[in-house]
Amino acid sequence: MSGGVWMIGHPLLNLLIGLAMGLNLLALGSSRLPSIIRAMSVQGMLLGLMPLLLESANLDWRIILVVLATIVGKGLVIPGLLRRAMRAANIEREIQPFLGYVPSLLLGAGGTIAAVALARALPLMPEHAGSLLVPGAIASVLTGFILMIGRVRAISQVCGYLILENGIYLFGLLLIHSTPLLVESGILLDVTVGVFIIGLIVDRIQRAFDSLDTRKLNTLRE
Amino acid sequence: MTLILDIVLRLAVWLLLAPLLPGIINKVKAWVAGRRGPPVLQLYYDLAKLWRKGVVLSTLASPGFVAGPAVAWVALTGAAMLMPLGPAGSVVSFNGDVLLLIYLLALARFCTVWAAMETGSAFEGMGAAREVSYAVLAEVAIIAAVLSLSVETGSVSLVTMLSPSLGTGAVLLAAGLFTVLLAENCRVPFDDPNTHLELTMIHEVMVLDHSGPPLAAVLHGASVKLLLFTVLLVQAVLPMGELSPLGAIAALAAGVLVVTVGVGLAESLLARLAFRRVPLLLTTAFLFCLFALLVAWKGGAE
Repeated sequence: MSGGVWMIGHPLLNLLIGLAMGLNLLALGSSRLPSIIRAMSVQGMLLGLMPLLLESANLDWRIILVVLATIVGKGLVIPGLLRRAMRAANIEREIQPFLGYVPSLLLGAGGTIAAVALARALPLMPEHAGSLLVPGAIASVLTGFILMIGRVRAISQVCGYLILENGIYLFGLLLIHSTPLLVESGILLDVTVGVFIIGLIVDRIQRAFDSLDTRKLNTLRE
Repeated sequence: MTLILDIVLRLAVWLLLAPLLPGIINKVKAWVAGRRGPPVLQLYYDLAKLWRKGVVLSTLASPGFVAGPAVAWVALTGAAMLMPLGPAGSVVSFNGDVLLLIYLLALARFCTVWAAMETGSAFEGMGAAREVSYAVLAEVAIIAAVLSLSVETGSVSLVTMLSPSLGTGAVLLAAGLFTVLLAENCRVPFDDPNTHLELTMIHEVMVLDHSGPPLAAVLHGASVKLLLFTVLLVQAVLPMGELSPLGAIAALAAGVLVVTVGVGLAESLLARLAFRRVPLLLTTAFLFCLFALLVAWKGGAE
Protein backbone atom coordinates (compact mmCIF):
# COMPACT_ATOMS: atom_id res chain seq x y z
CA MET A 1 0.00 0.00 0.00
CA SER A 2 2.94 2.30 0.69
CA GLY A 3 2.88 4.35 -2.47
CA GLY A 4 2.54 1.28 -4.70
CA VAL A 5 -0.63 0.72 -6.73
CA TRP A 6 -2.41 -2.48 -5.70
CA MET A 7 -3.17 -4.45 -8.80
CA ILE A 8 -4.62 -7.54 -7.07
CA GLY A 9 -7.92 -7.54 -8.96
CA HIS A 10 -6.20 -7.02 -12.31
CA PRO A 11 -8.01 -8.96 -15.09
CA LEU A 12 -4.72 -10.06 -16.64
CA LEU A 13 -3.59 -11.40 -13.27
CA ASN A 14 -6.85 -13.32 -12.90
CA LEU A 15 -6.38 -14.72 -16.41
CA LEU A 16 -2.89 -15.95 -15.50
CA ILE A 17 -4.19 -17.57 -12.31
CA GLY A 18 -7.05 -19.13 -14.28
CA LEU A 19 -4.52 -20.60 -16.70
CA ALA A 20 -2.51 -21.92 -13.75
CA MET A 21 -5.69 -23.59 -12.43
CA GLY A 22 -6.23 -25.14 -15.86
CA LEU A 23 -2.67 -26.47 -15.82
CA ASN A 24 -3.42 -28.09 -12.44
CA LEU A 25 -6.17 -30.10 -14.09
CA LEU A 26 -3.94 -30.90 -17.06
CA ALA A 27 -1.37 -32.35 -14.68
CA LEU A 28 -4.08 -34.40 -12.97
CA GLY A 29 -5.49 -35.79 -16.21
CA SER A 30 -2.33 -36.75 -18.08
CA SER A 31 -0.68 -40.12 -17.81
CA ARG A 32 2.61 -39.24 -19.49
CA LEU A 33 5.32 -37.93 -17.19
CA PRO A 34 6.70 -35.36 -19.71
CA SER A 35 3.31 -33.65 -19.90
CA ILE A 36 3.03 -33.48 -16.10
CA ILE A 37 6.51 -31.95 -15.97
CA ARG A 38 5.59 -29.51 -18.74
CA ALA A 39 2.38 -28.47 -16.97
CA MET A 40 4.34 -27.91 -13.76
CA SER A 41 7.05 -25.85 -15.45
CA VAL A 42 4.63 -23.67 -17.45
CA GLN A 43 2.70 -23.06 -14.25
CA GLY A 44 5.91 -22.05 -12.49
CA MET A 45 6.72 -19.58 -15.27
CA LEU A 46 3.21 -18.08 -15.19
CA LEU A 47 3.51 -17.60 -11.45
CA GLY A 48 6.96 -16.12 -11.90
CA LEU A 49 5.50 -13.40 -14.13
CA MET A 50 2.97 -12.31 -11.53
CA PRO A 51 5.16 -10.02 -9.39
CA LEU A 52 5.71 -7.93 -12.54
CA LEU A 53 1.95 -7.36 -12.81
CA LEU A 54 1.49 -6.80 -9.09
CA GLU A 55 4.33 -4.32 -8.92
CA SER A 56 3.99 -2.73 -12.34
CA ALA A 57 3.86 0.70 -10.69
CA ASN A 58 7.20 0.57 -8.88
CA LEU A 59 9.51 -1.86 -10.59
CA ASP A 60 13.04 -2.05 -9.32
CA TRP A 61 15.96 -4.33 -10.07
CA ARG A 62 15.32 -6.64 -7.11
CA ILE A 63 11.84 -7.55 -8.29
CA ILE A 64 13.10 -8.14 -11.83
CA LEU A 65 15.85 -10.32 -10.38
CA VAL A 66 13.34 -12.41 -8.41
CA VAL A 67 11.11 -12.73 -11.49
CA LEU A 68 14.03 -13.87 -13.61
CA ALA A 69 15.25 -16.28 -10.94
CA THR A 70 11.77 -17.80 -10.53
CA ILE A 71 11.24 -18.22 -14.26
CA VAL A 72 14.65 -19.73 -14.85
CA GLY A 73 14.47 -21.90 -11.73
CA LYS A 74 10.93 -23.21 -12.02
CA GLY A 75 10.64 -23.08 -15.77
CA LEU A 76 14.03 -24.40 -16.89
CA VAL A 77 16.33 -25.73 -14.14
CA ILE A 78 13.90 -27.86 -12.11
CA PRO A 79 12.11 -29.39 -15.14
CA GLY A 80 15.52 -30.04 -16.70
CA LEU A 81 16.65 -31.92 -13.60
CA LEU A 82 13.42 -33.92 -13.55
CA ARG A 83 13.66 -34.77 -17.24
CA ARG A 84 17.20 -35.98 -16.74
CA ALA A 85 16.12 -38.16 -13.83
CA MET A 86 13.28 -39.48 -15.98
CA ARG A 87 15.64 -40.37 -18.82
CA ALA A 88 18.12 -41.96 -16.42
CA ALA A 89 15.37 -44.09 -14.92
CA ASN A 90 14.03 -44.81 -18.42
CA ILE A 91 10.33 -44.30 -17.65
CA GLU A 92 7.76 -42.33 -19.56
CA ARG A 93 4.42 -43.25 -18.11
CA GLU A 94 2.59 -43.58 -14.86
CA ILE A 95 1.21 -47.09 -14.61
CA GLN A 96 -1.76 -48.04 -12.48
CA PRO A 97 -1.96 -45.09 -10.11
CA PHE A 98 -3.71 -45.52 -6.77
CA LEU A 99 -6.29 -43.02 -7.96
CA GLY A 100 -7.44 -43.23 -11.60
CA TYR A 101 -7.19 -40.24 -13.93
CA VAL A 102 -10.91 -39.54 -14.18
CA PRO A 103 -11.46 -39.67 -10.38
CA SER A 104 -8.43 -37.49 -9.70
CA LEU A 105 -9.53 -35.03 -12.40
CA LEU A 106 -13.01 -34.85 -10.88
CA LEU A 107 -11.53 -34.51 -7.40
CA GLY A 108 -9.28 -31.69 -8.59
CA ALA A 109 -12.18 -29.90 -10.30
CA GLY A 110 -14.33 -30.30 -7.19
CA GLY A 111 -11.46 -28.95 -5.12
CA THR A 112 -11.09 -25.95 -7.44
CA ILE A 113 -14.78 -25.13 -7.24
CA ALA A 114 -14.73 -25.60 -3.46
CA ALA A 115 -11.70 -23.29 -3.30
CA VAL A 116 -13.55 -20.57 -5.21
CA ALA A 117 -16.57 -20.97 -2.94
CA LEU A 118 -14.43 -21.08 0.19
CA ALA A 119 -12.46 -17.97 -0.76
CA ARG A 120 -15.68 -15.97 -0.83
CA ALA A 121 -16.49 -17.10 2.69
CA LEU A 122 -13.03 -16.27 4.07
CA PRO A 123 -12.59 -12.93 5.85
CA LEU A 124 -10.14 -11.53 3.29
CA MET A 125 -8.92 -7.99 3.04
CA PRO A 126 -11.29 -5.98 0.84
CA GLU A 127 -8.66 -5.42 -1.86
CA HIS A 128 -8.10 -9.18 -2.16
CA ALA A 129 -11.77 -10.11 -2.39
CA GLY A 130 -12.30 -9.97 -6.17
CA SER A 131 -9.08 -11.76 -7.02
CA LEU A 132 -8.45 -15.39 -7.87
CA LEU A 133 -5.20 -15.43 -5.87
CA VAL A 134 -6.59 -17.22 -2.83
CA PRO A 135 -8.73 -19.78 -4.71
CA GLY A 136 -5.83 -20.42 -7.10
CA ALA A 137 -3.49 -21.01 -4.18
CA ILE A 138 -5.88 -23.41 -2.42
CA ALA A 139 -6.59 -25.26 -5.68
CA SER A 140 -2.87 -25.70 -6.42
CA VAL A 141 -2.18 -26.99 -2.91
CA LEU A 142 -5.06 -29.49 -3.29
CA THR A 143 -3.79 -30.58 -6.71
CA GLY A 144 -0.34 -31.14 -5.26
CA PHE A 145 -1.83 -33.28 -2.49
CA ILE A 146 -3.85 -35.37 -4.95
CA LEU A 147 -0.79 -35.96 -7.14
CA MET A 148 1.38 -36.90 -4.16
CA ILE A 149 -1.19 -39.27 -2.70
CA GLY A 150 -2.64 -40.74 -5.87
CA ARG A 151 0.41 -41.44 -8.01
CA VAL A 152 2.89 -44.26 -7.73
CA ARG A 153 5.94 -42.95 -9.59
CA ALA A 154 8.41 -40.95 -7.54
CA ILE A 155 8.72 -38.35 -10.32
CA SER A 156 5.01 -37.56 -10.47
CA GLN A 157 5.00 -37.27 -6.69
CA VAL A 158 7.81 -34.74 -6.96
CA CYS A 159 5.74 -32.83 -9.54
CA GLY A 160 2.88 -32.87 -7.04
CA TYR A 161 5.19 -31.42 -4.42
CA LEU A 162 6.27 -28.66 -6.82
CA ILE A 163 2.68 -27.79 -7.72
CA LEU A 164 1.94 -27.60 -3.99
CA GLU A 165 4.89 -25.24 -3.62
CA ASN A 166 3.48 -23.13 -6.48
CA GLY A 167 0.27 -22.82 -4.48
CA ILE A 168 2.16 -21.63 -1.43
CA TYR A 169 4.03 -19.15 -3.63
CA LEU A 170 0.65 -17.79 -4.80
CA PHE A 171 -0.34 -17.29 -1.17
CA GLY A 172 2.97 -15.52 -0.65
CA LEU A 173 2.12 -13.03 -3.42
CA LEU A 174 -0.59 -11.62 -1.15
CA LEU A 175 2.17 -10.49 1.19
CA ILE A 176 4.56 -9.33 -1.50
CA HIS A 177 5.03 -5.99 0.26
CA SER A 178 5.87 -7.37 3.67
CA THR A 179 7.92 -10.44 2.77
CA PRO A 180 11.59 -9.69 2.34
CA LEU A 181 12.89 -10.82 -1.03
CA LEU A 182 15.49 -12.84 0.82
CA VAL A 183 12.75 -15.23 1.98
CA GLU A 184 11.50 -15.70 -1.59
CA SER A 185 14.96 -16.43 -2.94
CA GLY A 186 15.62 -18.76 0.00
CA ILE A 187 12.50 -20.79 -0.79
CA LEU A 188 13.47 -20.96 -4.46
CA LEU A 189 16.94 -22.18 -3.59
CA ASP A 190 15.55 -24.79 -1.18
CA VAL A 191 13.19 -26.15 -3.81
CA THR A 192 15.91 -26.34 -6.44
CA VAL A 193 18.30 -28.15 -4.11
CA GLY A 194 15.44 -30.46 -3.03
CA VAL A 195 14.69 -31.42 -6.63
CA PHE A 196 18.39 -31.87 -7.33
CA ILE A 197 18.67 -34.33 -4.43
CA ILE A 198 15.45 -36.10 -5.43
CA GLY A 199 16.87 -36.52 -8.93
CA LEU A 200 19.88 -38.28 -7.46
CA ILE A 201 17.73 -40.41 -5.15
CA VAL A 202 15.48 -41.44 -8.04
CA ASP A 203 18.55 -42.64 -9.89
CA ARG A 204 19.71 -44.66 -6.85
CA ILE A 205 16.24 -46.16 -6.29
CA GLN A 206 16.15 -47.18 -9.93
CA ARG A 207 19.53 -48.92 -9.65
CA ALA A 208 18.69 -50.66 -6.36
CA PHE A 209 15.16 -51.82 -7.12
CA ASP A 210 14.95 -51.75 -10.93
CA SER A 211 11.73 -49.75 -10.58
CA LEU A 212 10.46 -46.41 -9.33
CA ASP A 213 7.30 -47.84 -7.83
CA THR A 214 7.12 -46.28 -4.37
CA ARG A 215 4.90 -49.13 -3.20
CA LYS A 216 7.98 -51.32 -3.14
CA LEU A 217 9.67 -48.98 -0.70
CA ASN A 218 7.37 -49.48 2.28
CA THR A 219 8.99 -52.46 3.95
CA LEU A 220 12.31 -52.46 5.75
CA ARG A 221 14.73 -55.26 5.04
CA GLU A 222 18.08 -56.26 6.42
CA MET B 1 -51.30 -18.35 -42.09
CA THR B 2 -47.97 -16.68 -41.48
CA LEU B 3 -47.30 -19.27 -38.78
CA ILE B 4 -47.73 -22.13 -41.25
CA LEU B 5 -45.55 -20.35 -43.78
CA ASP B 6 -42.93 -19.80 -41.07
CA ILE B 7 -42.94 -23.49 -40.11
CA VAL B 8 -42.71 -24.64 -43.73
CA LEU B 9 -39.86 -22.24 -44.45
CA ARG B 10 -37.93 -23.35 -41.35
CA LEU B 11 -38.46 -27.03 -42.14
CA ALA B 12 -37.17 -26.40 -45.64
CA VAL B 13 -34.06 -24.60 -44.35
CA TRP B 14 -33.24 -27.27 -41.76
CA LEU B 15 -34.00 -30.31 -43.89
CA LEU B 16 -32.44 -29.05 -47.10
CA LEU B 17 -29.30 -27.49 -45.66
CA ALA B 18 -28.42 -30.22 -43.16
CA PRO B 19 -26.92 -32.77 -45.62
CA LEU B 20 -24.54 -30.05 -46.81
CA LEU B 21 -22.47 -30.24 -43.60
CA PRO B 22 -21.11 -33.79 -43.96
CA GLY B 23 -20.28 -32.89 -47.57
CA ILE B 24 -18.23 -29.87 -46.45
CA ILE B 25 -16.46 -31.94 -43.78
CA ASN B 26 -15.52 -34.58 -46.35
CA LYS B 27 -14.33 -31.90 -48.77
CA VAL B 28 -12.08 -30.39 -46.06
CA LYS B 29 -10.70 -33.84 -45.23
CA ALA B 30 -10.02 -34.53 -48.90
CA TRP B 31 -8.36 -31.12 -49.30
CA VAL B 32 -6.05 -31.69 -46.31
CA ALA B 33 -5.13 -35.12 -47.62
CA GLY B 34 -4.50 -33.76 -51.12
CA ARG B 35 -7.34 -35.73 -52.75
CA ARG B 36 -10.17 -34.45 -54.91
CA GLY B 37 -12.78 -36.07 -52.69
CA PRO B 38 -16.50 -36.73 -53.20
CA PRO B 39 -18.69 -33.83 -54.34
CA VAL B 40 -20.13 -31.60 -51.61
CA LEU B 41 -23.64 -32.74 -52.53
CA GLN B 42 -22.77 -36.45 -52.17
CA LEU B 43 -25.14 -37.05 -49.24
CA TYR B 44 -28.10 -35.69 -51.29
CA TYR B 45 -27.33 -38.23 -54.05
CA ASP B 46 -27.01 -41.00 -51.45
CA LEU B 47 -30.32 -40.07 -49.84
CA ALA B 48 -32.11 -39.97 -53.20
CA LYS B 49 -30.66 -43.36 -54.13
CA LEU B 50 -31.58 -44.94 -50.77
CA TRP B 51 -35.10 -43.54 -50.93
CA ARG B 52 -35.77 -45.39 -54.21
CA LYS B 53 -34.45 -48.72 -52.93
CA GLY B 54 -36.38 -51.47 -51.20
CA VAL B 55 -36.07 -52.54 -47.57
CA VAL B 56 -34.57 -55.83 -46.43
CA LEU B 57 -36.31 -56.93 -43.25
CA SER B 58 -35.11 -59.64 -40.94
CA THR B 59 -37.76 -62.19 -39.95
CA LEU B 60 -36.72 -61.59 -36.34
CA ALA B 61 -37.33 -57.85 -36.38
CA SER B 62 -40.53 -56.37 -34.97
CA PRO B 63 -42.10 -53.19 -36.41
CA GLY B 64 -39.80 -51.28 -34.05
CA PHE B 65 -36.99 -51.86 -36.53
CA VAL B 66 -38.66 -49.47 -38.99
CA ALA B 67 -40.41 -47.31 -36.39
CA GLY B 68 -37.14 -46.56 -34.55
CA PRO B 69 -35.46 -44.54 -37.32
CA ALA B 70 -38.74 -42.82 -38.17
CA VAL B 71 -39.39 -41.70 -34.58
CA ALA B 72 -35.75 -40.65 -34.22
CA TRP B 73 -35.97 -38.55 -37.38
CA VAL B 74 -39.18 -36.87 -36.20
CA ALA B 75 -37.66 -36.19 -32.76
CA LEU B 76 -34.56 -34.60 -34.30
CA THR B 77 -36.64 -32.47 -36.64
CA GLY B 78 -38.79 -31.39 -33.68
CA ALA B 79 -35.65 -30.46 -31.75
CA ALA B 80 -34.50 -28.43 -34.76
CA MET B 81 -37.83 -26.58 -34.71
CA LEU B 82 -37.19 -25.56 -31.10
CA MET B 83 -33.76 -24.14 -31.89
CA PRO B 84 -33.92 -20.39 -32.55
CA LEU B 85 -32.18 -19.14 -35.68
CA GLY B 86 -30.54 -15.85 -34.79
CA PRO B 87 -32.90 -12.89 -35.18
CA ALA B 88 -35.70 -15.08 -36.58
CA GLY B 89 -36.33 -16.64 -33.16
CA SER B 90 -38.04 -20.01 -33.02
CA VAL B 91 -41.51 -21.25 -33.94
CA VAL B 92 -42.51 -22.20 -30.42
CA SER B 93 -40.81 -20.80 -27.39
CA PHE B 94 -41.77 -21.36 -23.78
CA ASN B 95 -40.09 -21.55 -20.40
CA GLY B 96 -38.01 -24.72 -20.21
CA ASP B 97 -38.00 -25.56 -23.92
CA VAL B 98 -34.28 -26.28 -23.56
CA LEU B 99 -35.17 -29.32 -21.42
CA LEU B 100 -37.53 -30.51 -24.15
CA LEU B 101 -34.67 -30.14 -26.63
CA ILE B 102 -32.37 -32.30 -24.50
CA TYR B 103 -35.07 -34.93 -24.05
CA LEU B 104 -35.90 -34.98 -27.76
CA LEU B 105 -32.24 -35.68 -28.48
CA ALA B 106 -32.32 -38.45 -25.86
CA LEU B 107 -35.50 -39.88 -27.43
CA ALA B 108 -33.84 -39.93 -30.85
CA ARG B 109 -30.86 -41.79 -29.38
CA PHE B 110 -33.14 -44.25 -27.59
CA CYS B 111 -34.99 -45.03 -30.82
CA THR B 112 -31.77 -45.56 -32.80
CA VAL B 113 -30.50 -47.90 -30.08
CA TRP B 114 -33.83 -49.71 -29.95
CA ALA B 115 -33.84 -50.27 -33.71
CA ALA B 116 -30.25 -51.51 -33.48
CA MET B 117 -31.17 -54.04 -30.79
CA GLU B 118 -34.11 -55.26 -32.91
CA THR B 119 -31.75 -56.95 -35.37
CA GLY B 120 -30.52 -59.36 -32.72
CA SER B 121 -26.97 -59.04 -34.02
CA ALA B 122 -24.08 -58.98 -31.56
CA PHE B 123 -22.32 -56.16 -33.45
CA GLU B 124 -25.34 -53.89 -33.23
CA GLY B 125 -25.67 -54.59 -29.53
CA MET B 126 -22.02 -53.72 -29.00
CA GLY B 127 -22.36 -50.43 -30.87
CA ALA B 128 -25.53 -49.60 -28.96
CA ALA B 129 -23.80 -50.24 -25.63
CA ARG B 130 -20.93 -47.93 -26.59
CA GLU B 131 -23.23 -45.22 -27.89
CA VAL B 132 -25.23 -45.19 -24.66
CA SER B 133 -22.24 -45.32 -22.32
CA TYR B 134 -20.59 -42.33 -24.04
CA ALA B 135 -23.90 -40.48 -24.22
CA VAL B 136 -24.19 -40.59 -20.43
CA LEU B 137 -21.01 -38.53 -20.10
CA ALA B 138 -21.80 -36.23 -23.05
CA GLU B 139 -25.24 -35.50 -21.65
CA VAL B 140 -23.79 -34.40 -18.31
CA ALA B 141 -21.53 -31.99 -20.21
CA ILE B 142 -24.38 -30.54 -22.24
CA ILE B 143 -26.54 -30.09 -19.15
CA ALA B 144 -23.67 -28.23 -17.46
CA ALA B 145 -23.38 -26.01 -20.56
CA VAL B 146 -27.12 -25.29 -20.51
CA LEU B 147 -26.93 -24.49 -16.79
CA SER B 148 -24.09 -22.05 -17.33
CA LEU B 149 -26.05 -20.27 -20.08
CA SER B 150 -29.15 -20.10 -17.93
CA VAL B 151 -27.22 -18.80 -14.91
CA GLU B 152 -25.62 -16.15 -17.10
CA THR B 153 -28.87 -14.90 -18.62
CA GLY B 154 -31.27 -15.83 -15.82
CA SER B 155 -33.62 -17.64 -18.19
CA VAL B 156 -34.55 -21.18 -19.18
CA SER B 157 -35.94 -20.42 -22.62
CA LEU B 158 -33.71 -20.97 -25.64
CA VAL B 159 -34.52 -17.68 -27.36
CA THR B 160 -33.37 -15.54 -24.43
CA MET B 161 -30.67 -17.95 -23.22
CA LEU B 162 -28.59 -17.82 -26.37
CA SER B 163 -27.42 -14.24 -25.98
CA PRO B 164 -23.97 -14.72 -24.49
CA SER B 165 -21.30 -12.16 -23.70
CA LEU B 166 -17.72 -12.58 -24.83
CA GLY B 167 -15.22 -13.56 -22.18
CA THR B 168 -13.48 -16.43 -20.44
CA GLY B 169 -16.79 -18.23 -19.96
CA ALA B 170 -17.49 -18.18 -23.71
CA VAL B 171 -14.06 -19.66 -24.50
CA LEU B 172 -14.55 -22.47 -21.97
CA LEU B 173 -18.07 -23.11 -23.23
CA ALA B 174 -16.87 -23.21 -26.85
CA ALA B 175 -14.20 -25.80 -26.01
CA GLY B 176 -16.66 -27.93 -24.04
CA LEU B 177 -19.48 -27.75 -26.56
CA PHE B 178 -17.15 -28.48 -29.50
CA THR B 179 -15.95 -31.66 -27.78
CA VAL B 180 -19.56 -32.64 -27.05
CA LEU B 181 -20.43 -31.96 -30.70
CA LEU B 182 -17.68 -34.34 -31.82
CA ALA B 183 -18.81 -37.02 -29.36
CA GLU B 184 -22.56 -36.70 -30.03
CA ASN B 185 -22.14 -36.81 -33.79
CA CYS B 186 -19.61 -39.65 -33.71
CA ARG B 187 -16.78 -37.63 -35.26
CA VAL B 188 -13.14 -38.52 -35.10
CA PRO B 189 -11.53 -38.53 -31.69
CA PHE B 190 -14.51 -40.61 -30.53
CA ASP B 191 -15.61 -42.54 -33.58
CA ASP B 192 -14.50 -42.71 -37.19
CA PRO B 193 -17.41 -42.30 -39.62
CA ASN B 194 -15.30 -43.81 -42.43
CA THR B 195 -14.23 -46.97 -40.70
CA HIS B 196 -15.57 -50.25 -41.97
CA LEU B 197 -14.40 -52.50 -39.19
CA GLU B 198 -17.37 -53.50 -37.05
CA LEU B 199 -15.29 -53.94 -33.93
CA THR B 200 -14.28 -50.29 -33.75
CA MET B 201 -17.43 -48.50 -34.86
CA ILE B 202 -20.04 -46.88 -32.67
CA HIS B 203 -22.72 -45.13 -34.66
CA GLU B 204 -22.09 -46.83 -37.98
CA VAL B 205 -22.33 -50.30 -36.48
CA MET B 206 -25.78 -49.58 -35.11
CA VAL B 207 -27.19 -48.96 -38.56
CA LEU B 208 -25.44 -51.82 -40.39
CA ASP B 209 -28.64 -53.78 -40.98
CA HIS B 210 -30.80 -50.86 -42.04
CA SER B 211 -31.44 -50.37 -45.73
CA GLY B 212 -33.49 -48.26 -48.09
CA PRO B 213 -35.70 -45.48 -46.73
CA PRO B 214 -35.05 -46.27 -43.00
CA LEU B 215 -31.30 -45.90 -43.63
CA ALA B 216 -31.99 -42.64 -45.47
CA ALA B 217 -33.93 -41.43 -42.39
CA VAL B 218 -31.02 -42.40 -40.12
CA LEU B 219 -28.42 -40.62 -42.30
CA HIS B 220 -30.54 -37.52 -42.77
CA GLY B 221 -31.36 -37.44 -39.05
CA ALA B 222 -27.65 -37.61 -38.24
CA SER B 223 -26.95 -34.64 -40.51
CA VAL B 224 -29.82 -32.65 -38.92
CA LYS B 225 -28.32 -33.42 -35.51
CA LEU B 226 -24.91 -32.20 -36.67
CA LEU B 227 -26.44 -28.94 -37.93
CA LEU B 228 -28.39 -28.61 -34.67
CA PHE B 229 -25.25 -28.90 -32.54
CA THR B 230 -23.30 -26.51 -34.78
CA VAL B 231 -26.05 -23.89 -34.57
CA LEU B 232 -26.24 -24.37 -30.79
CA LEU B 233 -22.47 -23.97 -30.43
CA VAL B 234 -22.36 -20.82 -32.58
CA GLN B 235 -25.29 -19.19 -30.82
CA ALA B 236 -24.03 -20.12 -27.35
CA VAL B 237 -20.66 -18.47 -27.99
CA LEU B 238 -21.13 -15.67 -30.52
CA PRO B 239 -22.98 -12.56 -29.28
CA MET B 240 -25.18 -11.46 -32.16
CA GLY B 241 -27.66 -9.24 -30.28
CA GLU B 242 -26.42 -5.91 -31.63
CA LEU B 243 -26.11 -6.93 -35.27
CA SER B 244 -28.77 -6.11 -37.85
CA PRO B 245 -31.02 -9.10 -38.71
CA LEU B 246 -29.27 -9.68 -42.04
CA GLY B 247 -25.84 -9.33 -40.43
CA ALA B 248 -26.81 -11.75 -37.66
CA ILE B 249 -27.95 -14.36 -40.18
CA ALA B 250 -24.70 -13.91 -42.09
CA ALA B 251 -22.71 -14.22 -38.83
CA LEU B 252 -24.63 -17.39 -37.94
CA ALA B 253 -24.00 -18.92 -41.35
CA ALA B 254 -20.31 -17.97 -41.20
CA GLY B 255 -20.06 -19.43 -37.69
CA VAL B 256 -21.65 -22.70 -38.82
CA LEU B 257 -19.22 -22.85 -41.74
CA VAL B 258 -16.23 -22.21 -39.45
CA VAL B 259 -17.31 -24.93 -37.01
CA THR B 260 -17.89 -27.39 -39.87
CA VAL B 261 -14.44 -26.70 -41.31
CA GLY B 262 -13.08 -27.06 -37.77
CA VAL B 263 -14.67 -30.50 -37.49
CA GLY B 264 -13.13 -31.44 -40.82
CA LEU B 265 -9.69 -30.24 -39.70
CA ALA B 266 -9.98 -32.03 -36.35
CA GLU B 267 -10.92 -35.14 -38.28
CA SER B 268 -7.90 -34.93 -40.58
CA LEU B 269 -5.34 -33.97 -37.94
CA LEU B 270 -6.35 -36.12 -34.96
CA ALA B 271 -6.21 -39.87 -34.56
CA ARG B 272 -9.06 -41.59 -32.87
CA LEU B 273 -8.70 -42.31 -29.21
CA ALA B 274 -8.47 -45.73 -27.68
CA PHE B 275 -11.80 -46.64 -26.13
CA ARG B 276 -10.54 -46.49 -22.57
CA ARG B 277 -9.26 -42.91 -23.09
CA VAL B 278 -12.66 -41.62 -24.28
CA PRO B 279 -14.19 -41.14 -20.78
CA LEU B 280 -11.23 -38.93 -19.85
CA LEU B 281 -11.83 -36.64 -22.84
CA LEU B 282 -15.56 -36.49 -22.18
CA THR B 283 -14.86 -35.70 -18.51
CA THR B 284 -12.61 -32.88 -19.74
CA ALA B 285 -15.48 -31.55 -21.87
CA PHE B 286 -17.75 -31.73 -18.82
CA LEU B 287 -15.17 -29.81 -16.77
CA PHE B 288 -14.91 -27.11 -19.47
CA CYS B 289 -18.68 -26.62 -19.25
CA LEU B 290 -18.57 -26.80 -15.44
CA PHE B 291 -15.94 -24.08 -15.27
CA ALA B 292 -17.99 -21.97 -17.68
CA LEU B 293 -20.78 -22.41 -15.14
CA LEU B 294 -18.40 -21.34 -12.37
CA VAL B 295 -17.40 -18.21 -14.32
CA ALA B 296 -21.07 -17.37 -14.97
CA TRP B 297 -21.92 -17.87 -11.31
CA LYS B 298 -19.00 -15.90 -9.95
CA GLY B 299 -19.30 -13.13 -12.53
CA GLY B 300 -23.01 -12.76 -11.90
CA ALA B 301 -22.61 -12.23 -8.16
CA GLU B 302 -20.06 -9.46 -8.42
